[in-house]
Formats: sequence, C-alpha cells, structure tokens
Amino acid sequence: MDEIKELKKRIFLTAYKAGAAHLASAFSVIDVLYVLYCKSILTYDLENPWMESRDRLIMSKGHASLALYVILNKIGMIRDEELESFCQPGSHLGGEPKMGAAPGIEASTGSLGHGLPFAVGVALACKMNGYNNKIYVVIGDGECQEGTIWEAVMAAVRFKLDNLVVIMDDNRLQAMDSVEEIMGISSWRDRWEAFGFEVEEINGHDLNEIETVLKRNNKCRKPRLIISHTIKGKGVSFMEGIPIWHYRMPNEEELEIVKKELGILEKELIR
Amino acid sequence: MRDTYLKMLYGLAKRDSEVVSLVSDNGLIVYDDFRRDFPERYYNFGIAEENMVAAAAGMASCGKIPFAYTISAFIAYRAYEFLRDDVCFQNLNVKLVGIGSGITYSTLGPSHHTTEDIGLLRSLPNLTVFSPATRAEVGWMMEEAYRIKGPVYIRLSNNKEEYYDTNTEFLIGKPAIIQPGSNLTIMVTGTIINEVMKAVRELENDGISVEVVSVHTLKPLDTKYIAKLIQNAECLVMVEEHNVIGGLYSAVAEVMAKENIMVPNLAIGLPDMFAVDYGQLDAVRRANGLDGKSIYEKIRNFVDKVSYGKSNNNKYK
Repeated sequence: MDEIKELKKRIFLTAYKAGAAHLASAFSVIDVLYVLYCKSILTYDLENPWMESRDRLIMSKGHASLALYVILNKIGMIRDEELESFCQPGSHLGGEPKMGAAPGIEASTGSLGHGLPFAVGVALACKMNGYNNKIYVVIGDGECQEGTIWEAVMAAVRFKLDNLVVIMDDNRLQAMDSVEEIMGISSWRDRWEAFGFEVEEINGHDLNEIETVLKRNNKCRKPRLIISHTIKGKGVSFMEGIPIWHYRMPNEEELEIVKKELGILEKELIR
Repeated sequence: MRDTYLKMLYGLAKRDSEVVSLVSDNGLIVYDDFRRDFPERYYNFGIAEENMVAAAAGMASCGKIPFAYTISAFIAYRAYEFLRDDVCFQNLNVKLVGIGSGITYSTLGPSHHTTEDIGLLRSLPNLTVFSPATRAEVGWMMEEAYRIKGPVYIRLSNNKEEYYDTNTEFLIGKPAIIQPGSNLTIMVTGTIINEVMKAVRELENDGISVEVVSVHTLKPLDTKYIAKLIQNAECLVMVEEHNVIGGLYSAVAEVMAKENIMVPNLAIGLPDMFAVDYGQLDAVRRANGLDGKSIYEKIRNFVDKVSYGKSNNNKYK
C-alpha cells in the first residue's frame, strides 16, 4: 500500500474517532508534508526537537492540522496515543494547532492570515542569528484573500528573506465555492512575482515533482513561493473538488466508499 | 514621555543584544540614535501594523525581545486579533508600545484616539497593561517590561509634568500614591493626571483633603492592596481619558465587588461615547468634560451629595 494512502487512512481514522475534522483540506496537503518531512528536505532532530537553528514548518492554514499531526506521528514527534486523542477532552491536539503542543508545532494558527506574518518574524530572527535554516509556511489559496498575507509578502521581499519558503496549497476551493467564483482569481503566479517572490508551480500530488522542486535552492536572494496545485479531498472520490467537504464527516453510505477507497477495515473504525 | 521611552529602549538595546525595535512608519528623527547604533536591530514594517505585531511574535518565538512601536489605536484596534492570537495566546515576549494614547491626537478625532484600549486589552490573558502618567513611571515601566518574560502593552502619551521624587519606588500592580489625603481618594490613570491635579488644588482651596493615587498598572492589579487603599475612603473618584466602560473605573469596581467594599464612588471619563470636537488637547478635554475645571465641578458636586447624605450639613466651604 502506498504511503500517502496509508497516511490518509490514518487521517480518516483519527477524524472518525474525534467525530470531526477538515478532512478534505488535510487530504489536499498531505503529499507535500510527506515529502518535506520524509524525503530529507525539512531537517529535524528527534533528540533535540526545539534546537534554535532548526528548520520550521508553520501551518498557516491551521484547519489542515490533522495532516501535520499525522506526519509528526509518522516521524516520531507525536506518540500514537497523543494522535488518537485528537480533538477529545484532555488532548493538546485540537482542530487548530497550538504552539508547543508537540515538537514540530511551531505556531498557534487557525484564524487565517496569521501564519505567514508570524513566519516573517521567525525568518528575520533566524537571519539575525546567522542560521542557515529554512522556514516553510503552508498557506491556502483561499487564505490569500486575507490582507495580512500581502502585508507579509511585501515585508518578506523588502527584508530579503531568502530563508522563507511559502507553499501554497492551491486546491482552488474555499468553504462556500471555488476561489475563482468567490474572488475572481484563477492564477497566483503573476501576483506573487509582481511583489518580488521567486515563484514555481508543481503538481502537489506528484511526489517526484514536489521533491525535485523543494530540493532546489533559491536562484537569488528572494523569498520563494511554491504553488502546489492540488485537489481538495484527493483520494476519496466523492469528496474531490466538492466544497461541502471542507468540514463534514461521511454518512453511513459514504463511509462504505471511504473504507473501500482508503483500504479501511470495519474493525479499524473506532469511536 | 516618548523621550524617556526611547532613552530607556536605547539603554536596553545596549545591554541586551536580543532587544529589537520594530516600527510601522513612525518615529522619524526620534529613532535616529537607535538606527545609527543598532541598524541591524531596527525594522520598519511600513503601514502594516497587523504584520508588525505578528512578526514581533515570530521573532519572540526565536528568543528576540521586540519592542513594537506605533500609534496606540493601531495596536489596540487594528492589530487586535494579532495581539490576541499571536502574542497573548502564545504568551510571547513582545512589548507593544503605543503612542498618542487617549485623546492626545486631539485635532484628528476618534480614528486616532484610544479611549477603549484599556477595556479591550485588559481582558486579554497573559498581557500586562501599563498606563503611565509621567516620565518617572515610564522609566520604571521600561525596566519592568524588560524584566517580564511575556507580553506587555505600554500606553504612552505626552506629559512634561512630574509628580514623583527621583527616589520613588514603583511596584507592579500597586498604584502609586502621589499625595496623601483624608476626605477623598482620587484614582487616576495616565496623563489626565495633569487635569486632576488642577482640580485637586481647587478642592484643597475648599478645605477638602485629597488623596491622589496613580494607577500605572491596569493589569495585573493587586486586589488586596487596592482594597486596603479604598475601603476606608469617604468618597472615591476614578478619572481616566477613556470610556468609563472597561477601563479604570471597571477595574476598580471589580475589586470592590470581589472584596465586598461599598464606598460612594464616581466615574469620570467618556460616558460611553467617542470624544467630541477638535482642537488643542486642552480644548478637546474641555469639550468632553475632562479639563481641570470640569473635573473639579463634578467631584465637588459628588462630594457635596455624599456629605449631605451623611450629616445633612455640608462640612466643606
């Protein structure tokens, strides 16, 4: 069974136990997170996870937290029982990430348009300290409707933050409809380039392509944007590209399809 | 007050290389010394206060001690959610320094006033809220802000007057006694102290002995200390250049309710309204009943009522 499908299964089972999660958002971004953490791009040290000069990943689209938790669980930063407590009483892993709840959770996010401005400060501080690390920020395409994204974009360029890598999970959907329908935007490249970012585009479900681009260094002293073209809900046929699945759990009928498509056995479904 | 702030900031930056200065397109000239001597620790974020506050939080998460400086209204209102989610919720070591607090920008009107900031910010967990009255308080506050490992808001405006001796000792959460008195206690926060002191001279001419207390820390408040301070007051007056909802009056009323203290009390501030009119600060204070004369009249009226109620015989001139 391929690793991405296995991770999606974990995401679903964890959400099923909790009774709620932003499943479709977690499914669209999981491939990129997998490559970052499991293909030696974002470096980490399990023995010393808070080392000052570490690479950092900031989930600006905090509602996709479950994808991050599942990856952190896979690499050993989050224990199984912690993950299984997701969104339940006594857990420190909520629907939106909380800074320090586990190693690898670098910022409390949830309200959109916060993670990138926060990351600008992190990237600046790391530069001031002379570190040679990278600050990765995952934002949504819909999130770019928040004004502070653009405040942060201007500052990142002005302060020459070439240690900042913004990954846009461009799944083209937001809660109510498509981003294009709601705000008339079908392409991001020109906008970010005009502001001074180095922009690349990838198929966010092609692991080789993600790896090749993420391993490449910046060409000049500019912050980078990687537009990751994805499908919201990828991996579960009836969720793919359908806005209503932004925040919803399947009914009994739909559950049968999920089980089949993600390879879930009846006995694995625990509430 | 701003000069004291900058002098202190410069000293802290010299002492500790983690101290960083952030501004959002303000502080022309006044930051020259800092920029000259610590250019690598000075960042102008442009007209983007939300970004500045969130970035300050990001810097603090890496061990920096950012002092983010801009007009108070743009910290308290414009950047409120960033102050809440990024700074306070994560309990990060960010210092927010607001200038032109209260109705200092008297010619500009309510867009540039901060007359609800104490109410808003006092309710944010983890945040220390300072509201200095004089330069001596600012000097102490800057040391205190640096000592505190967490978020701090300092509500600056202008004041050339000074009411403290150079050796006055300030303590966080404990209001400072500017002068003792026995008939009336006035609690005041911020630079409206100058108008209060004008009123006090008038009250003293009437034979009323007035205790004046400066509440430089709005949060945390030492409840027991304040309870002790006010429980035997004949009359208690709170004066603030702020809405009477949510600010000093509310904070003291919370102490009274909690400690079961009932003393006759009066709130002087903006009565749930935005400040009206334009002009020099004196004129706008007058238009809003916050000048020395208006404050005197309100207090005198109140004292007379309380006094009649007690003895049916007004003991003051």
